[in-house]
Amino acid sequence: MTELHLAVALDGAGWHPAAWREPDARPAELFTAGYWVDLVREAEAGTLDFVTIEDALGVQSSRSDGPDDRVDQVRGRLDAVLVAARVAPLTRHIGLVPTATVTHTEPFHVAKAIATLDYASNGRAGWRVQVSARGHEATHFGRREIPDQLGPDLVADLFDEATDYVEVVRRLWDSWEDDAEIRDQATGRFVDRNKLHYIDFEGRWFRVRGPSIVPRPPQGQPPVTALAHAEVPYRFAESSADLVYVTPSDVDDAAAIARRFAPPSLVFADLVVFLDRTAAQASARKQWLDAWDGATYTSDAAIFTGTPAQLADLMLRWRAAGLDGFRLRPGAIPHDLTAITRGLVPELRSRGAFRHAYEADTLRGLLGLHRPANRYATVEGTR
Amino acid sequence: MSKQIHLAAHFPGVNNTTVWSDPRSGSQIEFASFERLARTAERAKFDFFFLAEGLRLREQNGLIYDLDVVGRPDTFTVLAALAAVTDRLGLTGTINSTFNEPYEVARQFASLDQLSGGRAGWNVVTSWDAFTGENFRRGGFLRQDDRYTRAERFLRTAWELFDSWRDGDVVADRASGTFLSRPDAGAFAHRDAHFDIAGRFNVPRGPQGRPVILQAGDSDKGREFAAATADAIFSRHGTLEAGQAFYADVKGRLARYGRTREELLVLPAATFVLGDTDADAQERARVVRRQQVSGQTAIRHLEQLWNRDLSAYDPDGPLPEVDPVVGENTIAKGRASTRMFGDPLRTARQWRELAAANKLTIRELVIEVTARQTFIGSAATVAESINDLVQRDASDGFILVPHLVPDGLDEFADTVVPLLQQRGVFRAEYQGTTLREHLGLAHPDRRPAA
Ligand SMILES: Cc1cc2nc3c(=O)[nH]c(=O)nc-3n(C[C@H](O)[C@H](O)[C@H](O)COP(=O)(O)O)c2cc1C
Repeated sequence: MTELHLAVALDGAGWHPAAWREPDARPAELFTAGYWVDLVREAEAGTLDFVTIEDALGVQSSRSDGPDDRVDQVRGRLDAVLVAARVAPLTRHIGLVPTATVTHTEPFHVAKAIATLDYASNGRAGWRVQVSARGHEATHFGRREIPDQLGPDLVADLFDEATDYVEVVRRLWDSWEDDAEIRDQATGRFVDRNKLHYIDFEGRWFRVRGPSIVPRPPQGQPPVTALAHAEVPYRFAESSADLVYVTPSDVDDAAAIARRFAPPSLVFADLVVFLDRTAAQASARKQWLDAWDGATYTSDAAIFTGTPAQLADLMLRWRAAGLDGFRLRPGAIPHDLTAITRGLVPELRSRGAFRHAYEADTLRGLLGLHRPANRYATVEGTR
Repeated sequence: MSKQIHLAAHFPGVNNTTVWSDPRSGSQIEFASFERLARTAERAKFDFFFLAEGLRLREQNGLIYDLDVVGRPDTFTVLAALAAVTDRLGLTGTINSTFNEPYEVARQFASLDQLSGGRAGWNVVTSWDAFTGENFRRGGFLRQDDRYTRAERFLRTAWELFDSWRDGDVVADRASGTFLSRPDAGAFAHRDAHFDIAGRFNVPRGPQGRPVILQAGDSDKGREFAAATADAIFSRHGTLEAGQAFYADVKGRLARYGRTREELLVLPAATFVLGDTDADAQERARVVRRQQVSGQTAIRHLEQLWNRDLSAYDPDGPLPEVDPVVGENTIAKGRASTRMFGDPLRTARQWRELAAANKLTIRELVIEVTARQTFIGSAATVAESINDLVQRDASDGFILVPHLVPDGLDEFADTVVPLLQQRGVFRAEYQGTTLREHLGLAHPDRRPAA
């Protein structure tokens, strides 16, 4: 049995909008460092591959067309890259994959931020690329209009822009060769400028000259990841990401989606999970949360309620259908997070399907990705 | 009563202050170096840690400038990581107001303030040049004359975003199911010639309300901007006379904005070389200067004034006979300092006279005319000079730039700081937890409105 990869998606008090009202939740601490450090350490104690940290350029809402006026759900969040950086020195093995939006931001800034996270974590940084197709986030920048009703052309444009953006970020990460710093006393040179490269990207949305101001990050290329539900984002993920999160509804769907992606792309299924000692308890808890919220919680991803052993069964079936791993979205934190690390993980281990200890120091290493050659490097002597 | 001194540690980087050729010089990019310097600064009870920023690698003669340290980390990311390994130290970063947008910068600073328990500081700089713009979506969109108008609008917009959440907005009361005290927390709408934005800001207010604001421009517009908006100025004027003149000038501008002299601190950049005796320190300083100004660096420095290629000249030979090229400086890009030379023909004439009078080679001349260390001497001498400059209103303290990473501050922390503490002019323990408290600045909600 080959092992599967396992990540958790951290967001506020958990993915259910009423999760913050659970007795063991820490809603008053959502905007403190201590809360995030505890969550990531818990995930690391479970030897998970990585955590993702959700983010957006606007406030959470129950509506798709803009902010709502609800006061009974979590509103507000911290910048995910900075949360990951704050956690990095206090963890050792787990990958840190913050979300950063590409639609209104600068590829130059994001490239240096993720590269620096890679330095601060000694090679454990990744990036979850997010497109913002929301009109009410566009007004926070005021540089372009995005209508509330998206046409197919606009969706295609946003993902084309994302493709260019990731290309720029990847070129910037390679814009320094690994051995560019020479500190040569004889010539007085700190760097060999022949090993620094202009990236000279020109596209529809931006031109970027380079090189980066940050040397090549420890992993060379930190893993780029993206969530995708449909053909256009699938194509974007295929061309631009190392790892794609998908949302199959069942095992056949999982098999169909997995077939769509050729290696070396890693394919993870997203699942929202509510875990308890019995299946009845798990679904009762979800119903209780639904009642608090006044609505039945639905999601883009399949929702699982049951025991860790039942979840392990499902994951192994989906794994056999061609998936590489899973990103679990805990319904409520800490309950469903600790159920993953202390319930599901031992269950998977006992079936030989998950690591007992970290086998690598970098996120690429944990994901089985080699450290890539630099696209700009010339073989010695051929320059 | 004596004035209390404020001290900050500048991580030395992309300029020739940093002596990378010394065998003790460590990594300029690994996090361990940043952690080491920050821990030393905190051990010494410094007010804050400081990072500079430049958003394009510097060039000279159309080539990437390779003689100084090249490369640095992302400011926000490294400061957030430093918040994990320090407890009280302020975390101040340089962030440009031209190649950023207020919504994003405000969420980064509000997040940093939350994640550090109220220790964030923002050095607002205004580099506007098209050269740097080539790395960004809008390119060189801003005229030089507009740099401070944009900076001022940018900062005021960011303040509106910080203030869009109030301290009690997050109630998180399980029993009543109330997370927010009001449905429109974070709501904002701002419109001016530079920014037309509206919506909901998504980061709750940090412990400091707003980050501490530093400003580092030197022009009249820069000083005025500081007087109107900043909590502290990072200046170049570290000597007694220049310091006093600058101090009087900027403090004198405050009344116009309804502000008191205590509401704006003047913190010049300063370098130092310590020794067991003053003579010993002088000798060490001489060695450091030669390390900082290699023959190659001297030629490059001369080119910045001459505004032409001088690579054929011998650094150990005499100054060029040809005159500088007058007009736009085309030789050096990505530097804040090239506009500081004034009239290049006159400066070149002065340098030639100085070199002739003292029989100086190019390298010796450049060592002579570029800044020597601010403080040179035994610990007692340096403590005395620092205190003297502060008490005589040449500054409110200093932003110290060690010339070595990562342990260039150790000796200062171990020998000078205790002397300042004994004199009762520098804290022996942190009194507060936030950067504002270290600097003696009021929380923005608890000070009279300007
Ligand atoms: C001591 C000092 C430090 C500075 N550090 C930076 C820096 O790190 N990054 C930057 O882009 N500009 C830096 N600057 C440049 C200024 O902030 C300012 O934007 C520039 O000098 C133009 O404004 P001015 O004409 O008013 O001087 C610095 C200036 C001074 C005096």
